[in-house]
Amino acid sequence: MAPSLSDIMTPDAAELARAAGGKGRAPLEMGTPAHDLFVGLARLGDNTLILGHRVSEWCGHAPVLEEDIALANMALDLIGQTQLWLGLAGEAEGRGRTADDLAFLRDAWHFYNILLVERPNRDFGHTLMRQFLFDAWHQPMLKALEGSSDVRIAEIAQKAGKEVAYHIERSADLVIRLGDGTEESHARMQDALDRLWPYAGEMFVGDAVDLRLAEAGVMPAPEDLRAAWDETVHAVLSEATLTRPEGDFAHKGGRQGRHTEDMGHILSSMQWLQRAYPGATW
Amino acid sequence: MSADTLPDTEEVWRWLSEVPDPEIPVITITELGIIRGVEYDADTLVVTVTPTYSGCPATSMINLQIEEKLRDNGVEKICLKRQLSPAWTTDWIADAAREKLRAYGIAPPIDGTAAAGDMVAGRIARMTGEGLTVNCPRCGSANTFRVSQFGSTPCKAAYQCRDCLEPFDYFKCI
Ligand SMILES: [Zn+2]
Repeated sequence: MAPSLSDIMTPDAAELARAAGGKGRAPLEMGTPAHDLFVGLARLGDNTLILGHRVSEWCGHAPVLEEDIALANMALDLIGQTQLWLGLAGEAEGRGRTADDLAFLRDAWHFYNILLVERPNRDFGHTLMRQFLFDAWHQPMLKALEGSSDVRIAEIAQKAGKEVAYHIERSADLVIRLGDGTEESHARMQDALDRLWPYAGEMFVGDAVDLRLAEAGVMPAPEDLRAAWDETVHAVLSEATLTRPEGDFAHKGGRQGRHTEDMGHILSSMQWLQRAYPGATW
Repeated sequence: MSADTLPDTEEVWRWLSEVPDPEIPVITITELGIIRGVEYDADTLVVTVTPTYSGCPATSMINLQIEEKLRDNGVEKICLKRQLSPAWTTDWIADAAREKLRAYGIAPPIDGTAAAGDMVAGRIARMTGEGLTVNCPRCGSANTFRVSQFGSTPCKAAYQCRDCLEPFDYFKCI
């Protein structure tokens, strides 16, 4: 039996999740190249899935029609990229799990997205600031992945990179316009930046899996993306007249499967249909 | 269908050139440049298709239409192969199709103006719109402005004409 939300509050939630995750199949051995590849790909796909889901929550609620459409299109790009990353993750795992299985049948403990993307939307400015901080990492990440030693990864990165080039241009443009806008929009953007800043650092903290993937030339080491991110963020924030927060404290854990309370709420809405009606299709 | 009666690939290309794009029905899927190959693997017809955008919801519709078209023409063994690389680009849209887009009210892509994404700050805003002159597909005026970089589908941006006031889609470069 899969752990329910209330189980997550019990001390043996990790054990319950492990049991549910391995259901019907022998789990990959940790530390093997296959497991590393699976985790690396799931981290990419979970970032785009959870952010795509968050952005899609705006559908029908954005401040103006054009922005509503733009947000829905961005979400669509991200979900499309998720299908490619999680599809390949399932292939790498070799246990017959599809992108849909991975999206809809894992519990929070088996998602490896960064905590930033599960932060709630709050207002439009906050949503855009989250998008910008992510895009400023996503774009150089995909550029680096185009040179992956795994040709399947390089191909997906090349495809996704063309889409993400539009994402970063849009989010940077709007962060500048709202930051350097009215007193109200400036205050909201600064507030968003201050709130989200402690969630940005997680993108650049590697673990043993990252180290092995980087050594094999499969994915870049997270630390290596910091300089490009810093440059973009610094330039855009300056033009947006926003103040970069002091301090580099970073909330971490998402990439290892330890999430905030919000993650459970996202999954309960995103996975509801497959949980209630297992195997339902169009 | 026995091996000696299999339709030749040129014939198959002709059939595929009759399949309209589900979202922009004035152009066909071959004009869009998403059919990357037609060949036989023994007696199975392999059609290689590349997606426009990774999340394009029309992709599954297009695959269905291709299959229907081929079945209608008596092809029984069909394999649709997805190919990601080289990634689709608007450069592959045929010239004739660009005129059809314009006549349909969509400004065709201006080659070489795809987002680069790696510019910082000031150059970012200018990259996406202000430097680009998109002529109004209705009156031809160059006096237009970008309303939003993301239009009615992922592949389009929303523009408006200042002279005739027509709101229109621009097929943006990728
Ligand atoms: Zn006009």
